[in-house]
Amino acid sequence: MKKLLLATALLALGTSLASAQTVRLGTEGAYPPYNFINDKGEVDGFERKVGDELCKRAELTCEWTTNEWDSIIPNLQSGNYDVIIAGMSITEERDKIIDFSDNYIPPATSAYLALKADVDVKTGVIAAQVSTIQAGYVAESGATLLEFATPDETVAAVRNGEADAVFADKDYLAPIAAESGGELVLLAEEVALGGGVGLGIRESDTELKGKLNAAIQSMKADGSLNALIKEYFGEAALTF
Amino acid sequence: MFAFCADPSTLDGLPWLACYLTTGKHLDFYWSFVVVLLLLAITAPLALGMGFLGAMASRSPVLPLRVIGRTYTAMVRGVPDIVFFLFFVIALDQGLEWLLHQVVCPDWDQPIRQGTEFRVCPQAKIPASSASAFWYQVDGFLRAVVTFALVFGAFAANVIFGAMQAVPKAQLETAEAYGMSHAQVFSRILVPQMWVFALPGLSNLWVILIKATPLLFLLGVQDIVYWARELGGSKTSAYEYPHPDWRLWYFLGLMVFYLFATYLSEKVLGRLTAKLSRGQATAAGEALRKAGA
Repeated sequence: MKKLLLATALLALGTSLASAQTVRLGTEGAYPPYNFINDKGEVDGFERKVGDELCKRAELTCEWTTNEWDSIIPNLQSGNYDVIIAGMSITEERDKIIDFSDNYIPPATSAYLALKADVDVKTGVIAAQVSTIQAGYVAESGATLLEFATPDETVAAVRNGEADAVFADKDYLAPIAAESGGELVLLAEEVALGGGVGLGIRESDTELKGKLNAAIQSMKADGSLNALIKEYFGEAALTF
Repeated sequence: MFAFCADPSTLDGLPWLACYLTTGKHLDFYWSFVVVLLLLAITAPLALGMGFLGAMASRSPVLPLRVIGRTYTAMVRGVPDIVFFLFFVIALDQGLEWLLHQVVCPDWDQPIRQGTEFRVCPQAKIPASSASAFWYQVDGFLRAVVTFALVFGAFAANVIFGAMQAVPKAQLETAEAYGMSHAQVFSRILVPQMWVFALPGLSNLWVILIKATPLLFLLGVQDIVYWARELGGSKTSAYEYPHPDWRLWYFLGLMVFYLFATYLSEKVLGRLTAKLSRGQATAAGEALRKAGA
């Protein structure tokens, strides 16, 4: 009897189960052109297109959700969503706690953005987003690391002089430099970091990983992934 | 929203601003003010209720109740809000899912905690995986309400406990002399007279609650701080309405909202205090008597 009462009370909280299992995709929503929230309020960007296409090919029903970058891995572990699709580079450190699919963007270059081209990146104050491979690289390089929770705060720090330069994916910084009217410039020094961008999946979700890997392979095989990369990152971008 | 907003790149000046302030994202921003006000409207009475229960328990002649009341008041007040929010909300979330899992998936053979993961069967997830984004926001909102009510309830319990102790003993003794039962003394004499002592503390708590609503943002609920940050950041032409860093203006807007809410609250609570001070042996009551004479 008590179990019945408890069950009714709790079931009132959960909604009814759909017959097809919905896969929830978690993204950051603050990193154009990879992922951002467009002016209509929807998730948009390269990863929106890739995610929708992968779900179609793997025959999954997908729901998009956003989450702050800082807590994106712990919330995957808690089950708030099932896949991280947020420009997350494959690194050994992350691989220890979650699983990665095959990469869907080849290892990209990271670059520095600053107010002038003669900044010394080995000794200056460099801004980077928390928990990124770029932050780890700056911390090891001997420069002073200044961390921020979101990518656009790191750029704002350079604009207002808090930091000498920001270190992030070149694909994120290039449009900012181009549209700043000469105010911000990309430095000549570039570094290749990480093993490419992959999907983050819980280690116990091996079936989902298999389905997504098959979908990624099929997108690489028929050239649709390369077409999307060229569309969002320009003709000069690295492709598969 | 307007017909001329179809191609934002051709607009400039006031039309651009009009279109910019009415995009889908901005409408979500305006709705989030309603969400914050709704949170305040629901949490305040809940916190007051928790405060009453806590204060009554703390004053109870029954020892276990007294211990519970006093521990609740002392412990919750001692833990920083953020820590409570981050820990309690996750604990509540996982606790409810665990309970539901025990009920609906009795034959689930895999362990729920695998390494650092927390996996319950799909039917036990709250909200369900297939639920729309709206239900996730509602879920976050409700968890926030419960947590706020618990935290501010402890502070309210402390205030109300002090107020109850401050009611002159002579009043209660006179009531008992009249033959009123304990419950009647409580409801007819203690509670009405307690309000004037409780109001300064409670009005303080109300203003603190207004200021604490940005903690919603920690839970991923899209409140006004979340949107101000999101909308204010500089935008490249990947967006339809590129603009430089406007966070200053958005946060200025938030500041105006909070100051206005505080100003209104002060006005209303001031009037309430005056009304409740009539006939009381307090300085405010004395001032009212002098003014009336």
